Amino acid sequence: MNSVALSRAPFDRALLLVVPAAAFMLLLFVYPFLYGLALSFEPKEGGALGNYQHFFSTDNLWPTIWTTLRLALPATLINVGLALPIAYKMRVKTRYQRWVTTILVVPITLGTVLIAEGALTYFGPKGWLSQTLQLLHLYEGPIRLTHNYWGVLISLVISGFPFAFLLILSYITGIDPVLARAAATLGADPAAQFRHIYLPLLAPGLAMCFCLAFVQAFSVFPSAVLLGSPAGPTRVISIAAYEAAFEQYDYSLASAIAMIMGFVQLIIVAAVLGLRNLFYRGPVAGGKG
Amino acid sequence: MRHDFQELRLDRVTRRFAGAGGKAFNALEELTLTIKRGEFIALLGPSGCGKSTALNCIAGLLPLSGGSIWLDEMRIDTLPPERRGFGMVFQNYALFPHMSVERNVAFGLRMRGVAGSEVGPRVARALKLVQLVGQEQKLPGQLSGGQQQRVAIARAIVIEPPLILMDEPLSNLDAKLRLETRAEIRRIHRELGRSTIYVTHDQDEALSLADRIVVMKDGVVQQIATPQEVYAQPANLQVARFMGYRNVLELAVEGERDGRVTLAGTDIRLTGVRKQPLAGTHACVAIRPEEIGLGEGPGGVNTIAGRVENVEYCGRDSLLDVVTASGTLLHVRAAGHIAMGDSLRVHVPAERALVYPSDAAGI
Repeated sequence: MNSVALSRAPFDRALLLVVPAAAFMLLLFVYPFLYGLALSFEPKEGGALGNYQHFFSTDNLWPTIWTTLRLALPATLINVGLALPIAYKMRVKTRYQRWVTTILVVPITLGTVLIAEGALTYFGPKGWLSQTLQLLHLYEGPIRLTHNYWGVLISLVISGFPFAFLLILSYITGIDPVLARAAATLGADPAAQFRHIYLPLLAPGLAMCFCLAFVQAFSVFPSAVLLGSPAGPTRVISIAAYEAAFEQYDYSLASAIAMIMGFVQLIIVAAVLGLRNLFYRGPVAGGKG
Repeated sequence: MRHDFQELRLDRVTRRFAGAGGKAFNALEELTLTIKRGEFIALLGPSGCGKSTALNCIAGLLPLSGGSIWLDEMRIDTLPPERRGFGMVFQNYALFPHMSVERNVAFGLRMRGVAGSEVGPRVARALKLVQLVGQEQKLPGQLSGGQQQRVAIARAIVIEPPLILMDEPLSNLDAKLRLETRAEIRRIHRELGRSTIYVTHDQDEALSLADRIVVMKDGVVQQIATPQEVYAQPANLQVARFMGYRNVLELAVEGERDGRVTLAGTDIRLTGVRKQPLAGTHACVAIRPEEIGLGEGPGGVNTIAGRVENVEYCGRDSLLDVVTASGTLLHVRAAGHIAMGDSLRVHVPAERALVYPSDAAGI
């Protein structure tokens, strides 16, 4: 028994420093979340699961899950898929690296609404893109890239790409370039160096990046309203929640929709992080020094 | 890549880098060297002398700014590293952290498309050669520095390269392990019968391992010779300093006869062997601490009197700081019981006092 007493470390008062942050989380995240969860089980009519039954049996509610996934998954794949090769090219410091990085990152500073407004004019029927294509006689027909699925997808790519790019760039620059050079001396051409060295070492970071980009895209709201057709093909799940809360004043149903939204996100994130565990997740340097 | 090559020829290999202010400087200047099959070459020099640049140029990791590299009649400096097929051991080992020891060693074979049935036995043979049997499934992060080092060597030799390049492979090991691994490297080189180019800043490593040493400074080759020659007959003052000639005294030239030069200072008069043509009134004499003897020289020649100002006990002998009346400091390595403050006489054999022209860098 003596050993048990000895093995217990004395209380570390430095742990008290966690209190403000923990209180912040409790007050501003955990409490509202639990409040919303409880609220979702108190529908205006029906039993405790009434809201959920309503959601999955109403034709303009449950399909919003697919509508949102149809936007968020391709947007995330495009963002991560585009960011990976560009970040890979940018991994070595060159004169242009800073310029390219700056230009790619500008959309972060604009915010969703500004991007949506800009995209409306640029990609609209009388926008620059349409006019340029017609001027060059590349495409004569009407170009419909706004107020539909494509408008929202474009906006999600523009606003989501910089995050994916910066995240992946930081992962890639953390990989010791001497590993690729070692692989080269062992006979690996550049493609093999990427496949056998960079990709496996990047995989956990790519999974993380995918999760963050997906969660961000799945909660799309402003661009779905401004650039999409919120009554039809881009009626995403957050629009359904907004309508329930602020048009029907049914906070209980809105909470239930928010819970469903969170649950879908959780499933995808858990699946991707589960895949991540299949890969090596240690330090990405090649040895001592 | 062919294994029956006769020689690797470096012809005026030059590498320029953009330095501060956009001015280009030569990290490596016109390195010309022929390496025979089976030879062990050490590139020796202080950090920044261009030895690693030379190695990277040979490996193909750095493009040349001038010159060419030939493997017999085939020009190889235009080939990318993966097509040269040289094995390289990196200073920080550069093991793939996500692969087991076995997969690290097998990597080069897989990249070369060696048949799967052949990979296993060859990896096993390489791991046996570096004495790492039983560690196959571990990740590099689970190995000690010395073991990682040996995985790196196994990975480089398993592809049976005509040439193995080693970039200061022992600098991250502790003193005891360094000695053991050094012997190991020499043994592996002998067993494989291939050529090795070994970069180091440690003259002991170069002397003990190499068949020939290339001494470099500021990107320029200073001397290419056998260890014995570099040790006993440095080509110039820089090489002498680097090879442990710790006593370099600048003295006035008194006279010269048959290659023997007599130099004199206020209380020192030394006769030594001229190694390079002299110019001007002064010259430098370079002497190793261990080649200075205690007591008077034969007939009192080359004898210096001084006082012991510091004693560093080294076990077999001691390192003494002997200061003459005029304040000239001599490093002397001597056995016996000598205390601080003792007055003594030391002498230098004339054939071991090497005389070079004074260099601009000063002493």
